[in-house]
Amino acid sequence: MTLGFIGAQTGDNAQLGINIYNGAKLAVDQYNKTNPKTKVTLKPYDTAGDPAIAPNQVNKAIQDKVQGVIGLPFSGESQAVQPTLEKAEIPNISPSATDPTLGKKGFKYFHRLVANDDAQGAADTKMMTDVYKAKKVYVVDDNQQYSLGIANIVFNTLKSGGVSVQRDKIDPKASDYSSTVNKIKAFNPDAIFYGGYYAEGGKLLKQMRDAGVTAKFQSDDGANDPNIIKTAGKKQAEGVTLSCACQSVATSTEPKVKKFIDDYKAAFGVGQGTYSAEGFDSANAFLDAIKAGNTTSQKINDYLKTINVAGISKQIQFTPQGEVKANTIYQFQVLKGKLEFLGPTDKVTLGKPM
Amino acid sequence: MLHNFTTQFWPNTIDGLAIGAIYALIALGYTMVYGVMRLINFAHGEIFMIGTFASLAVMNLVGFQAPLGGLALVGVFVLCLAGSMAASGGAAVALEFIAYRPLRKHGSPRIAALIAAIGASLFLQELFAQIVVPKIFAPGHGRDFIGTPRLMNKETLFSIGNGVVRNDKLLVIIAAIVMMILLDFFVNKTKVGRGIRATSMDPQTATLMGVNINQIVMLTFLVGGVMAGAAGLFYVLVFEVTKYTIGFILGIKAFTAAVMGGIGNLRGALLGGFILGLIENWGASVTGSEWKDVIAFSVLVLILLFRPTGILGESLQQARA
Repeated sequence: MTLGFIGAQTGDNAQLGINIYNGAKLAVDQYNKTNPKTKVTLKPYDTAGDPAIAPNQVNKAIQDKVQGVIGLPFSGESQAVQPTLEKAEIPNISPSATDPTLGKKGFKYFHRLVANDDAQGAADTKMMTDVYKAKKVYVVDDNQQYSLGIANIVFNTLKSGGVSVQRDKIDPKASDYSSTVNKIKAFNPDAIFYGGYYAEGGKLLKQMRDAGVTAKFQSDDGANDPNIIKTAGKKQAEGVTLSCACQSVATSTEPKVKKFIDDYKAAFGVGQGTYSAEGFDSANAFLDAIKAGNTTSQKINDYLKTINVAGISKQIQFTPQGEVKANTIYQFQVLKGKLEFLGPTDKVTLGKPM
Repeated sequence: MLHNFTTQFWPNTIDGLAIGAIYALIALGYTMVYGVMRLINFAHGEIFMIGTFASLAVMNLVGFQAPLGGLALVGVFVLCLAGSMAASGGAAVALEFIAYRPLRKHGSPRIAALIAAIGASLFLQELFAQIVVPKIFAPGHGRDFIGTPRLMNKETLFSIGNGVVRNDKLLVIIAAIVMMILLDFFVNKTKVGRGIRATSMDPQTATLMGVNINQIVMLTFLVGGVMAGAAGLFYVLVFEVTKYTIGFILGIKAFTAAVMGGIGNLRGALLGGFILGLIENWGASVTGSEWKDVIAFSVLVLILLFRPTGILGESLQQARA
């Protein structure tokens, strides 16, 4: 039997795809070592994360008669190919696509092992109102599909909650964000929410702090990467909070999780990264179905509707829309120049910045 | 809306002048090359990019931990400036020698040189993304933003209205003006400068008068590259970040500044750079920052409607205008 991984293996955002593929490959290899009745091969299809390339790769996978797809990692490419996967009736589990609309189009074969941006936006709004107790919030995003979506959710929820809120957008291709910084200074907010990725978030953070803006800074899982500290500078990034639908796998004390981390390192020579655990869990969901004797894609899909097993990253169980049931959003904070895990959003205790 | 413009006027003016100074320094390269060869050197943005990486290389070589002050700062700053100017100037000369001179020798049409320029631009970007950056600066991160160390502490010097003037931004503005004055003197008052102006006016007659065209063209590229190298250091000083595509958008903006001021006109480049920087930031305060480029290019179109050759008019020989 063949499972496909469809996602980026090359290109600007390849790291995430590689993390997922390695996680899935580890799961499949471990499964095959148990000498099962049905052996499984995992075949990669490289999309470079590009919605224009993805459809071609999906067609290839359909021709190869894959029975299940791990992917696609990004929301944009998922949007582009989901109708094709539906038509071919191939069940798919995305470890990382967070666009809320994917779960609202009535797809029968779509699943994801990550909480969507609605859940994350709500959690980040909660951080602003409950943890930071902000009365004035400034919302910035970098005008990309993912960023705009999450910034809209935070902006609208805060506004309808009676918080005084303003917003602006920055250009991911540019580096001079002084006009945005000047707007923030003029508004003088208690807290700032940034929707977007770490590269731009880091630049914005640096320029803001250098201009003397001391407001609290909250951002999303796109910015949840140690690189934001590198780009912004240790001093400028200190105390910043970042959300993620992912738990801190790396600091877990659970034996099962520790074994995963060690196995991953032994197999690939590098430590597991963002969404590796979700990739591992996605593959295991399929393998679980195969172990239960389901060998056609239709039967596997039916099995996924009822699956309920413990994974590495979270409990593997889906809603009828294909959303993962365990949609807790976790928070991280930059403390002493390191990304530290704070726990689930409603139980956050902030650390003391330097 | 207008309220935002007035309350953010001074901060945006200062920041607009700072980015404008960098536009102006890059614009000089476009304008000089256009003035002499009637060629839009689209690879000039990449010459600037090389300058940013050269500054970073010098900083890494010197290897300091905390921001510097006093004599150490001046020393490292001069080293960085020399390094980035040499790298960018050298790259510009090499570019001319490899990509443009053979075409000129065979009397190719101007469009061939333009295509060569676009090709050179892509070549240099990919060279840095795939080889130079991963090998020297950040293994495995060839296509990411590369942070650069903080060279000087960023301190507030004084305020104008509610606008804060910071040391690094003031330095960039003043340096751009000083370099502009030096260049203006060089082109208008020296013998070599006369050669440049003569070539710009009429290459054939200039040759008859004993001007070595190849030398003049090479010199023009060298001067443009040196200015872009300086811009590279200033950019790294203020924004502390670079990337293999950093010169692309900045190059387009600088080219816009050159056209706005009057392409081929040195003082026009400086004026165009400052005006573009100011309009961008002022415009962004009235609308959203995402409208920055729309506003800047709308103003460019408006200016060209009424003054088709730019604010100060075209051509190098009229640099006194």
